[in-house]
Amino acid sequence: MNVHDFLYYIILPILSISSLLVFVRFFQGPSIVDRVVALDLLITIGIGIIAIYSIINDKPTFLDISLVLALIAFLGTVAFAYYLEKRNKND
Amino acid sequence: MTDILIYITSGFGALFVLLAAIGTLRMPDQYLRISVNTKAATLGVGLLLISAALFFLETSVTTRVLAVIIFIFITAPVGAHLIGRTSYFLGNKLWGKSITDDLKDKYNKSTHELRAHNKEDEKEIGQHNQDEDS
Repeated sequence: MNVHDFLYYIILPILSISSLLVFVRFFQGPSIVDRVVALDLLITIGIGIIAIYSIINDKPTFLDISLVLALIAFLGTVAFAYYLEKRNKND
Repeated sequence: MTDILIYITSGFGALFVLLAAIGTLRMPDQYLRISVNTKAATLGVGLLLISAALFFLETSVTTRVLAVIIFIFITAPVGAHLIGRTSYFLGNKLWGKSITDDLKDKYNKSTHELRAHNKEDEKEIGQHNQDEDS
């Protein structure tokens, strides 16, 4: 069993299962804060999947996308937090 | 040798990401979920990225991986703090078995500012608020 098989048959399925679990929380989250947190975690897991995928395909170019995704996750969380607080303040 | 290191880092990374996912699903409280999200998921993704750097062993790839890891390590606590603060203002209750709530009755509900502990600070903050109003 070489590195390729290990990543393809063990690591990627584990990451897929964890993203499915987070999706369950994303759909059933009682408040909107839960959904924002779940979305943040989904993008973070996506960064990990991209890292493993770039190893399997031997293309380090994919790692650029992970930087963009990290930026989007942070900006999304900050924007959601800001506007949720503003909406609460105006009521 | 490098293969063994890749096995170890990617294995532990996937394990921590899985633990973060289970924690997000099973924790009883928003604040505990945010805590799990920042700690376990950041460590897991950092380990997965390190495994990519170990596989390629080039300067350009290692630089990119380090940039992503440092960015995540800086931004994850900031985002978690912001979303936790918002969650507190939205009025989400703590878990029933939580023991202390240090921020209880310390926030002004309408202006979202911290209240003062003693009288002198209260005066100063009152004057400050009047200046802002006028």
